[in-house]
Amino acid sequence: MDRLRSIFEVFSGDTNADRVVPPSGFTSRLTSFTAGAMAFLTVFALALSLATGRLADRWDAELARTSTIRIAAPEGQLAAQSEAVLEVLRTTPGIASARVMSDAEQRKLLEPWFGPDLPLDTLPVPRLIEVLEEGKGPDMAGLKLRLSAEAPGAVLDDHTRWRRPLVNAATRLRLLGLVSILLIAGSMAAMITLAAQSALAANGQVIGVLRLIGARDVYIARAFVRRFTLRALIGAAIGTALAMIGVAFMPAPAEEGAFLTGLGFVGWHWFLPIIVPVIAAVVAFWATRLAAFRALSRLS
Amino acid sequence: MIELKNAGFNYGGRDILSDMTLRLSPGSFHFLTGPSGSGKTTLLNLCYQALMPTTGMVRIFEQDVRAMTRDDVARVRRRIGVVHQNCQFLDHISVRDNLTLPLAVSGRESEVDQGNVDDLLSWVGLSERGDALPPELSGGERQRAALARAIIMSPDLILADEPTGNVDWEMAQRLIALLVELNRMGKTILIATHDLNLIRNTKSEVSARVLRINNTKLQLAGADL
Ligand SMILES: Nc1ncnc2c1ncn2[C@@H]1O[C@H](COP(=O)(O)OP(=O)(O)OP(=O)(O)O)[C@@H](O)[C@H]1O
Ligand SMILES: [Mg+2]
Repeated sequence: MDRLRSIFEVFSGDTNADRVVPPSGFTSRLTSFTAGAMAFLTVFALALSLATGRLADRWDAELARTSTIRIAAPEGQLAAQSEAVLEVLRTTPGIASARVMSDAEQRKLLEPWFGPDLPLDTLPVPRLIEVLEEGKGPDMAGLKLRLSAEAPGAVLDDHTRWRRPLVNAATRLRLLGLVSILLIAGSMAAMITLAAQSALAANGQVIGVLRLIGARDVYIARAFVRRFTLRALIGAAIGTALAMIGVAFMPAPAEEGAFLTGLGFVGWHWFLPIIVPVIAAVVAFWATRLAAFRALSRLS
Repeated sequence: MIELKNAGFNYGGRDILSDMTLRLSPGSFHFLTGPSGSGKTTLLNLCYQALMPTTGMVRIFEQDVRAMTRDDVARVRRRIGVVHQNCQFLDHISVRDNLTLPLAVSGRESEVDQGNVDDLLSWVGLSERGDALPPELSGGERQRAALARAIIMSPDLILADEPTGNVDWEMAQRLIALLVELNRMGKTILIATHDLNLIRNTKSEVSARVLRINNTKLQLAGADL
């Protein structure tokens, strides 16, 4: 309750507490500038995290759903092996359905490469079986073993082979973005602590006079806390606004899934950066408050 | 009000004050004299917890100084008006704002009455200087401003360290008259001074006790003072 009140008091009424500390134009501008720069970086790290998060989720969902089995066998064995594969699939948990692609479908898949008049029956094209997964999907390694035993011509292409690293990278990138945000917040706390400490040290006489006439530590701390919190808030608000303008003017996504052009905010995520200045102010509040009380308790 | 029991103080092993026993009862008027460097300022510092006694006990408003928190110290100081020998102000705000600062820091800013502040300024002869910044004041003007700041809270106890050190005889008389007036209103007063004439003069006005620090000890001065 007391804490809450002291947070509230930072923004309200007693401007006198502000006046007791002499103005310091230069450090004040430095503090605002740093808070602004940190907020700017935070917004970009946030945009990066959200975009890679979206990408990872989408890829993950897509590739988890389907895989393909290719059967290449001499003409006489193709039908038998297809049957065997379907039988294996029917008895494998994690598979919703499997079906042999029709000639028409296969022709359509090959058309871009070989033209529309492909004589499918005379060419040794492999037979394709499309597999739809369900739940967590089948145990891929076990499935491959069983397939090679039942149908030596079948090759399981589970897409994951090449997409898994991409999903991993995207997930890792999101994590890096979040870690960056934490680091930025930490550096801002450190920077504001240093600025507050130098302000406290520079105002030793002011603090001495205030103590002499009966000011409590809270009162003195408040004068500093108020100043640094407001500076951080204003600086971070400007930095956030600039970064959001930068993100808004990114080229629109050219195609689905394009990573670079997909960097931005979607829907309600546009509201997330608004908490950046608030967090900056909270960080400044606590950093200054701790620095002030530590400095004051060292004085006699 | 203030009580010292066998209190002593030393700087790095060198005894400045030793075995001091003193009691300032409410409404009393004390002078404190002694040669330069005898420890007058040190004794005043013990009385408002600017220094901790190294031995013995000091009680301020019935509270043992060793048991006080920093907030206790702040509360106690709001009841004590101190005029420092080298008085310090906030140099970036006006003399007038410095005078009302004690009210502001104790959350009584609404009680500031500029009329009273004007009266106070004119009592200490600073009517014209209210809007000046403290660094623009002369030594004597600073002392007078410090006295005005010390009494604005109507404190129970006033500790004044050479409050007349830098002013002419007439102004000194006037400042002491102000303190005598406050004493008649029930305030407790302790003034450290070298000025024996001032003490003699005041004793005709008010019954004051004169204490002297001699060789780290506290004595009651003789009737010649
Ligand atoms: N911070 C300090 N460190 C060491 N010694 C000090 C310190 N402050 C004061 N002293 C010494 O303590 C002694 C008493 O000092 P104090 O200021 O109390 O004397 P005083 O009686 O007020 O003198 P004056 O009449 O000149 O103001 C002096 O000898 C002084 O040198
Ligand atoms: Mg002295």
